[in-house]
Amino acid sequence: MRRIISMLMENEPGALSRVVGLFSQRGYNIETLNVAPTDDPTLSRLTLTTVGSDLRIEQLTKQLNKLVDVVKLVDLTDGAHIERDMMLIKVRAVGAVREEVKRTTDIFRGHIVDVGPTIYTIQLTGTSDKLDAFVVAMADAEILEVVRSGVAGISRGEKVLSL
Amino acid sequence: MELLSGGEMIARALEDEGVEYIFGYPGGAVLHIYDALFKDCKVPHVLVRHEQAATHAADGYARATGKPGVVLVTSGPGATNAITGIATAYMDSIPMVVLSGQVQSHLIGEDAFQETDMIGISRPIVKHSFMVKRTEDLPMIMRKAFHIASSGRPGPVVIDIPKDLTRPDEKYEYRYSKAVKLRSYAPAQRGHTGQIKKAAKLLLAAKRPVIYAGGGVVLGEGSELLTQLARQLNYPVTNTLMGLGGFPGTDRQFLGMLGMHGFYEANMAMHHSDCILAVGARFDDRVTNTVSKFCPGAKVIHIDVDPASISKIVMADIPIVGPVQSVLSELLAQIDLLSGKDSGLPDRTALDRWWQQIEEWRSAQGLFTARRYGESDMIMPQQVIESLYRATNGDAYVTSDVGQHQMFAAQYYRFDKPRRWINSGGLGTMGFGLPAAMGIKLAFPAMEVACVTGEGSIQMNIQELSTCTQYNLGVKIINLRNNYLGMVKQWQDMQYEGRYAMSTYEDSLPDFVKLAEAYGHVGMQVKKLADLDAAMQEAFALKDRLVFLDINVDPMEHVYPMHIAPNGSMKDMWLSKNERT
Repeated sequence: MRRIISMLMENEPGALSRVVGLFSQRGYNIETLNVAPTDDPTLSRLTLTTVGSDLRIEQLTKQLNKLVDVVKLVDLTDGAHIERDMMLIKVRAVGAVREEVKRTTDIFRGHIVDVGPTIYTIQLTGTSDKLDAFVVAMADAEILEVVRSGVAGISRGEKVLSL
Repeated sequence: MELLSGGEMIARALEDEGVEYIFGYPGGAVLHIYDALFKDCKVPHVLVRHEQAATHAADGYARATGKPGVVLVTSGPGATNAITGIATAYMDSIPMVVLSGQVQSHLIGEDAFQETDMIGISRPIVKHSFMVKRTEDLPMIMRKAFHIASSGRPGPVVIDIPKDLTRPDEKYEYRYSKAVKLRSYAPAQRGHTGQIKKAAKLLLAAKRPVIYAGGGVVLGEGSELLTQLARQLNYPVTNTLMGLGGFPGTDRQFLGMLGMHGFYEANMAMHHSDCILAVGARFDDRVTNTVSKFCPGAKVIHIDVDPASISKIVMADIPIVGPVQSVLSELLAQIDLLSGKDSGLPDRTALDRWWQQIEEWRSAQGLFTARRYGESDMIMPQQVIESLYRATNGDAYVTSDVGQHQMFAAQYYRFDKPRRWINSGGLGTMGFGLPAAMGIKLAFPAMEVACVTGEGSIQMNIQELSTCTQYNLGVKIINLRNNYLGMVKQWQDMQYEGRYAMSTYEDSLPDFVKLAEAYGHVGMQVKKLADLDAAMQEAFALKDRLVFLDINVDPMEHVYPMHIAPNGSMKDMWLSKNERT
């Protein structure tokens, strides 16, 4: 099953490589990875998605928790949560396709953030599924480049991941 | 406030940590540190002949004393040579602090002379590591490193120190505080009371219980409590390779080691058990045989300080995360509460029947009750271990390398005390035994220290004979020489129809007696069984000398019992070359 694991870790050199290294060392996969500092500059928030059985995920979270640089960890998929992936997608937009791309972008509530005589660059935010669906919907247009941020997530309600 | 250079800070911090020995080897990147040690440091430094030996010596010291071993190596090859020893310590959860020199800060990343990314290269085999960025941080990093290495589930910690941060002309305030703040590191201090209550109930209700105790009992100083628990309940105990000595090896309740080369009665009892109390053990593949067939009728109570060890391989019915000492004492208290006079717990009748069954297994196939090794014109390797046991009254520190000799030592030397059996269990590092013995001999100069080895393993760190000369380390090397890489040969006999691919030396072995003598030691060759005990006694009578006992043993002997794999369970064993369960 797909899991979104989110953690606070020390904002120090080497911390990220310990987390990522653990995955290859113990044979787990990372599907997406998103990491940036938080409001507390000594902490980074890292969110990753991975797929595995409950047992494997339990073992993985235990191993991650053992890392001295990992301060706190939560499996967001254990409860109600919000997840967002951000995509920048550059498509060739000429002729009839140009209008179609614009329409589809509106339907998906995306934004065209850069316009050229032959291209549109669209920004789209949502769950990973929604972004996948948009890519499929762009089948008639020529996709030139896709950049995704990886999933960032947060629990719904009062629950917070903080110190 | 005192001002110290980075090098001086390291020297002082080692004193403040109460370090007894530094094991190391100098080189360019650590020369400032070595100069600081030379000028003013109470901690003696032991110069090895290869950095791998520094880590093993520190490791042996740590296993025998319980205190973290300390290693100092230079950058590049010094650091990479230390890697095998760090991995060895990591696999067996041994507390160790490794100080590695690094090229100057401004050269990092430029492929400078003797540069290697030590933090990167050691990352998967350390409990934690630190790259020092500012000299001022050194005291706190040293404190954190010792704290992390020796608390919770112990392990090696690397501190990588760029040369410019240790230069003598840049001095900073030195303050060493024992308190250490780590917001992200808090090993469990005690077990969950509710879980311990449940465990006590399950344990007392058991009809065929087995206590399966591993290296965690030794590392966590839980041997006394474990022994008390086992005796109070009259439950049988088996130890893992790492746990030997955690329960007295000569005790009637001891079933011997379990696992791949475990005792018949230990493996049979495990397989037929209805309740396994696993303490500080990790269900290693060398214990379980095929996991899906592991102990089908058993409920598992698993106590470990590391939550990641629990339900990693075998699902625990009752997981308890906590240090063995505190959990065992609470478990004992709960058992006292539950097993009052009228409770009828534990079920004595069931337990008597269980012991009767175990005694039947033991008398049928036990290594000490039904002799499992053959006889020949040559000395049998097992006889050497028995002779060593007699010569040392079962009270020596015994290190081993890796292979058949290691298994024979584990089977036939009955360890009554923890921390006496020192071997590389997890990583299986050949070359471990001699340097480990050096570390132990330094820690306990008055004690007998024997290194059981083979002619393959000993040659992996044979250069340390020179270190033993320099520091006058009178360890006894018991070389079970069969002229083969014995365990490799055994597998080739069993699985490759005796095709001995690269497991012989084709008459290239040195004369070990002369070799020992060349280093200034005593060498002795033993070829006949009749001479064995006398030679052994003579060797140990030479108190302060290193004696290299080169003992010719039967090369055709295999280690038995041996789990049948693949697809075997705990109870599936070869008992000899042609008998199986």
